[in-house]
Amino acid sequence: MKILVAVKRAIDYNVKARPKADGSAVDLANVKMSMNPFDEIAVEEAIRIQEAGNASETIAVSIGPKQCQETLRTAMAMGVDRGILVETDEEIQPLAAAKVLKAVIEKEQPELVLLGKQAIDDDSNQTGQMLAALLGWPQGTFACGVALADGGLEVRREIDGGIQTVKLKLPAVVTSDLRLNEPRYVKLPNIMKAKKKPLDTLTVDELGVDVTPRLTLLKAAEPPARQGGIKVPDVATLVDKLRNEAKVI
Amino acid sequence: MEREAMEFDVVIVGGGPSGLAAAIRLRQLAVENDRELTVCVLEKGSEIGAHILSGAVMEPRALDELLPDWKDLGAPLNTPATEDRFMFLSEKRAYRFLTPPQQNNHGNYIVSLGNVCRWLAEQAEALEVEIYPGFAAAEVLYHDDGSVKGVATNDMGRTREGEEGPNFELGMELHARQTLFAEGCRGSLTKTLFERFGLREGVDPQVYGLGIKELWEIEPGKHQSGQITHTAGWPMDMSTYGGSWMYHFDDNLVSIGFVVGLDYQNPYLSPFEEMQRFKTHPLIRDVLEGGRRLAYGARAISAGGYQSIPKLTFPGGMLIGDCAGFLNVPKIKGTHTAMKSGMTAAEAVFEALADESASGVEVAAYRERLEQTWLWDELYRVRNIKPAFHWGLPAAIAYSAIDTVLLRGKAPWTLRHRADHETLKPAAACKPIDYPKPDGKLTFDKLSSVFLSNTNHEEEQPCHLTLRDDSVPVKVNFERYAGPEQRYCPAGVYEFVEEGGETRLQINAQNCVHCKTCDIKDPTQNINWVTPEGGGGPNYPNM
Repeated sequence: MKILVAVKRAIDYNVKARPKADGSAVDLANVKMSMNPFDEIAVEEAIRIQEAGNASETIAVSIGPKQCQETLRTAMAMGVDRGILVETDEEIQPLAAAKVLKAVIEKEQPELVLLGKQAIDDDSNQTGQMLAALLGWPQGTFACGVALADGGLEVRREIDGGIQTVKLKLPAVVTSDLRLNEPRYVKLPNIMKAKKKPLDTLTVDELGVDVTPRLTLLKAAEPPARQGGIKVPDVATLVDKLRNEAKVI
Repeated sequence: MEREAMEFDVVIVGGGPSGLAAAIRLRQLAVENDRELTVCVLEKGSEIGAHILSGAVMEPRALDELLPDWKDLGAPLNTPATEDRFMFLSEKRAYRFLTPPQQNNHGNYIVSLGNVCRWLAEQAEALEVEIYPGFAAAEVLYHDDGSVKGVATNDMGRTREGEEGPNFELGMELHARQTLFAEGCRGSLTKTLFERFGLREGVDPQVYGLGIKELWEIEPGKHQSGQITHTAGWPMDMSTYGGSWMYHFDDNLVSIGFVVGLDYQNPYLSPFEEMQRFKTHPLIRDVLEGGRRLAYGARAISAGGYQSIPKLTFPGGMLIGDCAGFLNVPKIKGTHTAMKSGMTAAEAVFEALADESASGVEVAAYRERLEQTWLWDELYRVRNIKPAFHWGLPAAIAYSAIDTVLLRGKAPWTLRHRADHETLKPAAACKPIDYPKPDGKLTFDKLSSVFLSNTNHEEEQPCHLTLRDDSVPVKVNFERYAGPEQRYCPAGVYEFVEEGGETRLQINAQNCVHCKTCDIKDPTQNINWVTPEGGGGPNYPNM
């Protein structure tokens, strides 16, 4: 089985995102960028499946500017066999990402596609679902457990109120949730080895995909400053305040 | 389990200006001479530049020598210095003084040193230097004959108790024919080298300052690109060494910071609060009001200068940059000297390694070469300025003028330093300082400040702020000095908390911005800063 993992270069999770002074976008100048943490979990899962002897090849795909090469090198240092960068300086929204991935998948013919459930920059949670719909493949989203069973997959999903287990036929799309696994530390010699692994670059035009943004960003703004809390003397006052001041009950 | 090992010709510990300059120079020489030479740079920050914090006004002298076409290569030196102002502050007023000659910045640039380092790393990688951010050198390795063999990175994935966690990875050994330590001020491995090789014997103790920096975006109408302001006086009293900088650069950015000499005496002093209070001065308030704070951070700097320079070489390795202490204090600059020391070291090492059997040798030529450069002359001339501040500000200014203008730095005497951890007076002999409350617009508390440094450490790991004796924090630090670590730590790492009538020290190691102040100022040197897992610490943008 061939596995393809999609990895996005996003603002690092330690960095406090801040809008530009003119509110036109989030300021990314010289800000640390890393692999989207949910995608890191997807990469780890792909490698674990391969290490268990159930995958013949693992491929990481990223879409974006040249610097996405670093993200792919990280995936390869973790253990993925090779990388594909679809290079573009355009803003890539979820639908465009799904279309580009579909085009790559048609070339590569993987049987399993793993993605993070969402990226921590725009929090859309759409690409995996859109991709599955475009491909007409079954999907297991919010996965917290993936097991191969009867030539297909058994995916445990985190849902409101518990865990749901679904059976999927291959080929399939799976998006990883936080508790699927804990990604490994990258080892130094593996970073060196990753530099020698194959990394192909494609363009959006070569794939013939229309990536025109469908959504317009109106404004980026800081969330309102949080007011300091107060201590109330008793439950009666609390209820009174919730009812009459906050008007939430 | 055995650690894996990798072999290089040269390993450099630290990806700051000195380490990167050394790496670039080594590979330049290798290419020019068509010689194989592998160079590896380890950096504990999550990326190059993540732990770099400086004013910074940069003198391009060393960069001109290293990469003469830096402009064409797109170096981020974009704001030329235009105006120098040296002000003396009283609480309400500012008096403009003649700018000391060392602070003439004509020809210099206002930069983000972090971004300069990011760019230097690109140049180094183009020359095939192997750069590994996110890996901390945690241990010096030695050959049987006692010479330095290389370094080891720390284990990843240990639990708080030090046991192997589920994702445990053993550290790596990096072996080298020469290891260059470029850890910056108060390097944790450098400290062990001082002891092992007696490198500080016969020289003055190193003395330090703590610099606290904020990056602001101000209203466009107030921005004066290239303007440089330094202040002395308020809010410091006459006997405490300290001063500020304010630099206007790039698009409406202002770098503002305050340095407090760590030889201060009153344990109630809080460098962080002094910085906050300083911003309320009309001179500063007028500039910042209406703007927003973008970033915050802190770092100790070596201020001992010439008389505190240790022995620089030992079998198998050497010290470059601020871990040796090449800052020019009156100039308030150390980037050009750090780079120059790295470049000079590279040249000496390249020569020594021509002999292919040379491994673990001491390259004494590094110091000999360094003494012939402008760096040495520059540091020698200003050596008496900082120690003169022990006499208080007015006397120091008078002495500095005489030493600089009349004696031209050639005074037949050299003034001495004493170690910063010895200077605190007992709390009982000092007056608590009443600092104003933060307003959340111009002045802030520590936690909301640390938030802007993007600091994080993997929570489940052994505490990297180690105590030699667990009873000392309460018995000595708290009872005798009223817990000075609560105040000098600019990140709120140290807290004395009361539980069931007992006081104990709580260490919030996750907040640590790696400034090293605790390791320096702790009165009994009970706190030992060791490196946490690689990739931890601040993630400074544009600092």
